[in-house]
Amino acid sequence: MSMNSAGGGQRVTPPDQRSTGASMAGAERGLVGVMGVFLLTAGVRSGSAVQKLVFSGLGAGLTALALSGRSPVATALKIRQNADGETLVSDAVTIGKGADELYAIWRRFENLPSLMKHLERVEVLDERRSRWTVKAPAGYSGGEVSWEAEMTADEPGRRIAWQSLPDAQIENSGEVQFRAAPGNRGTEVLVRLKYRPPGGTTGVVVARVLGQEPSQQLRDDLMRFKREQELGGYHPTTEGQSSGRASKGGQA
Amino acid sequence: MKAIVWQGTNHVGVETVPDPTLLLPTDAIVRITSTAICGSDLHLLDGYIPSMEKGDILGHEFMGEVVEVGSAVKKVRVGERVIMPFNLACGVCDPCQRGLFSACDNSNPNHRMAEALYGATSASGLFGYSHLFGGYAGGQAQFVRVPFADVSCFAIESDLRDDQVLFLTDIFPTGYMAAENCAIVPGRDVVAVFGAGPVGQFAVRSAQMLGAAEVIVIDRVPERLRLAEAAGARTINYDETDVLVALHEATGGRGPDHVIDAVGLEAHGHGPGALLDTAEQKMRLSFDRITALRWAILSCAKGGTVSMPGVYGGLVDKMPLGAAFNKGLTFKMGQTHTHRYVRPLLQRIQQGEIDPSFVITHRAALSKGPELYKTFREKHDGCIKVVLDPWA
Ligand SMILES: [Zn+2]
Ligand SMILES: [Zn+2]
Repeated sequence: MSMNSAGGGQRVTPPDQRSTGASMAGAERGLVGVMGVFLLTAGVRSGSAVQKLVFSGLGAGLTALALSGRSPVATALKIRQNADGETLVSDAVTIGKGADELYAIWRRFENLPSLMKHLERVEVLDERRSRWTVKAPAGYSGGEVSWEAEMTADEPGRRIAWQSLPDAQIENSGEVQFRAAPGNRGTEVLVRLKYRPPGGTTGVVVARVLGQEPSQQLRDDLMRFKREQELGGYHPTTEGQSSGRASKGGQA
Repeated sequence: MKAIVWQGTNHVGVETVPDPTLLLPTDAIVRITSTAICGSDLHLLDGYIPSMEKGDILGHEFMGEVVEVGSAVKKVRVGERVIMPFNLACGVCDPCQRGLFSACDNSNPNHRMAEALYGATSASGLFGYSHLFGGYAGGQAQFVRVPFADVSCFAIESDLRDDQVLFLTDIFPTGYMAAENCAIVPGRDVVAVFGAGPVGQFAVRSAQMLGAAEVIVIDRVPERLRLAEAAGARTINYDETDVLVALHEATGGRGPDHVIDAVGLEAHGHGPGALLDTAEQKMRLSFDRITALRWAILSCAKGGTVSMPGVYGGLVDKMPLGAAFNKGLTFKMGQTHTHRYVRPLLQRIQQGEIDPSFVITHRAALSKGPELYKTFREKHDGCIKVVLDPWA
């Protein structure tokens, strides 16, 4: 049975997000191949069974991917690109609150930095335009990147979409959808972002590994948003708990 | 306060560490009166569980008295005697609402680490069980900070001793859920339990409480087998006999209707820690340590259930899936949804249906903890279950 056969069905993947992997340049491919062979060797030689499993598995995987020419790191990290070379980032989370309520929080753009940690600030300029400022990815000079965005859709309780204005430092667009989850489970929040990274695929990979790439930030932000809403602001933490680390010399 | 601290692979020690404090208004602080060593603690000792850090306080089976509560705690009161499930649950997310407490969306602050390892999912937080599961300080200590206090703390008002209610925090519900997952038809179904460690022992008694016609236990440690026999189970020592042949014959060629794997990958289960370690040494297996699961699948009767309370962590291959498919087996598994079971099982204890203290073989002061970790791991001295007193 196909997705479209049921009444009122909808395509789950829009046409421009069909790509699921990024291809590698020659040098990247060689490096990955070397890493694969190295890990395979290390795995086979390792004395520890766990290391043997992990290294051999990783090594075999990398080697195979190098031969195929797909970027394994990008694929593993779920970095996707479309035919225009834009990077696609998306994520979704189900939150136990109503769509109208969540939409209303999101729609107050100036409040978003308190929910989304990588956002420095959002200034609302007029009905449709706003200025967004984010912390820059590693290696990007200036510490901040900002752009003006225009709202391209605003459907209360359902969807907000935006697009950066022509002279943006990072050309980007995005949308957030709110959809009632089946049963009494609250709202599915789906965020899709599209942007042209300053350093190409490898730049994105490097930034992602350092934890400063939008996809990772998006995941963290969505989980933070969910916990903010569901736990009444008390995010789980272990910061400041007791441990043996603070008691050096305290051996009993 | 005094606490048992992970100091590195094969090193645990008793250290003096700062007393815990309330970190969130939803926390409570509990003064611990009894704390146990669980089979799964041994894998922390062995260094099998990634993301342990030097100085982490161990322990996830403990109970005590509430000494402080945060401003947002509504139900729990200072002075109350309480037990806490080993897994942490927020109580409000969708999995929690459905009673799937060990799958809580919100209790693991290190969800990203867990998602990276297991895919787009995150396990709940656990007390004293590595940073993959939140890095929460454990309860082999004199005091513990209890997050989500209103959901975590279960008051014990009766005069039952600590020994009788302590295991409601982990091994009793774990063994019970394993048996419940089998959907036993009373008076008809035969249940085989692989691994007669603490969880296996509770699985045996739970299967009996749920009406199993017969329970067969497989292990190699004589004390463990004797304890299962004392409950009325038939036993198979796999060191002395071929397990599959023995089970085949013991069930008239049908196989056990349901099989509980209380062992897990690399013997990472809650409970019979060394069963599988020993088996793989014996069988010269390298990393494909699913002996118990393989036996479970191969022995199980047509249309039966393979119930897995034993912990599995990663990738498994050479699993006899063809046998499972052709027999039409059902697989049920997962971390225990402990919160769900505390009250009903407490009731069974109060009604005298079971006294969980039967499993305790060793009691000592917390300061003797490091030695007892070794005794438990080596199964010296008939050791099946250890309870420590933090104030002795
Ligand atoms: Zn345990
Ligand atoms: Zn929850």
